[in-house]
Amino acid sequence: MMNNILIFPMLLPILAGIILIFFRTNRRLQIVVSLGAMIAVAVVSIYILHTIQTEGILRLDFGGWIPPFGILFVADSFAMILVVTTSIVTFICLLYAVIAAGKQMNTLYFHPAVLFLNAGVIGSFMTGDMFNLFVCFEVMLLSSYVLLTLGGSKRQLREAIKYVSINIVSSWFFLVALAYLYGSVGTLNMAHIAMRVAEDGQGPMLTTVSILFLIVFSLKAGLLLYFWLPGSYSTPPAVTSALFGALLTKVGIYALFRVFSLIFPHHPELTLSLIGFMAAITLIGGSLGAVSSNDIRKIAAYNVVIAVGFILVGLAISTPLAMEGSIYYLIHDMVVKALLFLVIGAMISLTGTSKIEEMSGIMKNYPLLGWSFFIAMLSLAGVPPFSGFIGKVLVSEGAIQNGNLVLLALALLSSLFVLYSLLRIFRNCFWGETIISKDEQLPLHKGILVPCLILVLLTAGIGLGGEGLAIYVTDAANTLLHPEIYIDAVFSNQQ
Amino acid sequence: METLIIILVGILTAVAIYLILSRNLIRLILGTAILSHAVHLLILTMGGLKNGTVPLLGEDATVYVDALPQALILTAIVISFAVTAFILVLAYRAYQELGTDDLEEMRGADDE
Repeated sequence: MMNNILIFPMLLPILAGIILIFFRTNRRLQIVVSLGAMIAVAVVSIYILHTIQTEGILRLDFGGWIPPFGILFVADSFAMILVVTTSIVTFICLLYAVIAAGKQMNTLYFHPAVLFLNAGVIGSFMTGDMFNLFVCFEVMLLSSYVLLTLGGSKRQLREAIKYVSINIVSSWFFLVALAYLYGSVGTLNMAHIAMRVAEDGQGPMLTTVSILFLIVFSLKAGLLLYFWLPGSYSTPPAVTSALFGALLTKVGIYALFRVFSLIFPHHPELTLSLIGFMAAITLIGGSLGAVSSNDIRKIAAYNVVIAVGFILVGLAISTPLAMEGSIYYLIHDMVVKALLFLVIGAMISLTGTSKIEEMSGIMKNYPLLGWSFFIAMLSLAGVPPFSGFIGKVLVSEGAIQNGNLVLLALALLSSLFVLYSLLRIFRNCFWGETIISKDEQLPLHKGILVPCLILVLLTAGIGLGGEGLAIYVTDAANTLLHPEIYIDAVFSNQQ
Repeated sequence: METLIIILVGILTAVAIYLILSRNLIRLILGTAILSHAVHLLILTMGGLKNGTVPLLGEDATVYVDALPQALILTAIVISFAVTAFILVLAYRAYQELGTDDLEEMRGADDE
């Protein structure tokens, strides 16, 4: 099915971003336009997600070029679930920026950069063309460079150089992989590549190319190659960290799911076991990092790493249950990582430090903040009724069915490490002797809690109302496990 | 011809990696620029070199060259141009703020 509405989730942020560049100093306009654009994207993408359930996968061929010749957008349930979550989480993060950040941040190209970042992220989710995926990645990365350096503190600049150079090298790998892929199959349309790979068989050359893609996307997702992540995710302001933690790694994860379920599913004994192995090491490394650090921002960043490992355990197992679990966990993680980073940002701005041992007794002064953190912690550890629970149960069930007990054990152990690392923050920073007296207490901007509370409600809502999402998630998992549905949708020419 | 170009790609990549591994920030940036040139050549070679005529209507030939890799390179060049411009500005700002262009000294301590 062809549908022009598919362009809006990417077009709206781009247009809004371009308009806002010209009105840098107009704070009110910046806020209204960027919040408005994100609401519009959320509404449109929910509508698209809903339409897919009745009409099947939608697609949009740009310029009327019939696949495989043109660039196209393909909207299946998996992509659209992520687009919906992205737009909602971004909206909430922007709300936090509007309330918490000073005038300087709101008028310093922050809003256009976030909007372009979103255009890149959403474009990556929706595109059906390999090279277009690269372009969308670059749009997203360039905006993330801007966001990372916004403010220009010494620490930010230093980390940005590392972040930019590692990403240039990984983009280089992406281009090399694309060149070899084009050289071997002669097409760039994902569905068409999938068809040709299935017809010709996935020979040694193509398997090598698939490993190249694995390296590229692992670098972006922070799977095994996560050494750059804790440094760069813990330097920028809270909102930016929240956006990075919630969105950026998820794009890499999405690409891994798409590429290894659609294009290269033919040698699971090699590719999927490699992913499983990498996920296992990521879980171990992330867990060790999370418990060994004393900086609360670093602990939060290592929690991002653990989540990446956990979600890819689902891909490594690749049973319907595990896939559904991973998708649930992806949605959950986007929401709750934003919450975690926002709460931690508020803690740092209140106490002026990010060291665990220098904070204590925040609970007495700011109880609501404390309980928001508590709920984020429970949700991340997978305690029912919060959103982390469904994902963890389904992935574990899949692992048991598949007999993959090592991954199961590591996935569950990592939850304990998550709980321990966050409990350490909760106990040391929120309880204990109050270091801030009532008179010296910085007034917490009342509004700061609003975005946090919305996210708390979302994580509880997803946990309690998981049934409501079930149809979309089941459909998404089904499409991932049956690539022919995707391929048929791209090549059906009923216009 | 293809083999020659692939060897050239290899040499460029080796030069780029040598530059990237050095401690000097400007060398790192030059390295990334050369790295992207190497991969652009690789994409060009993947489409096959000069094995037909220009893909235009009215050329009246049996074999046409594949124009797609050239379109891809054009996009990739624009992107690498933007990224190089950004990292140059970033390097300049970092030099102003940190007072060094030595990557060893940019490691940063944990306690800041």
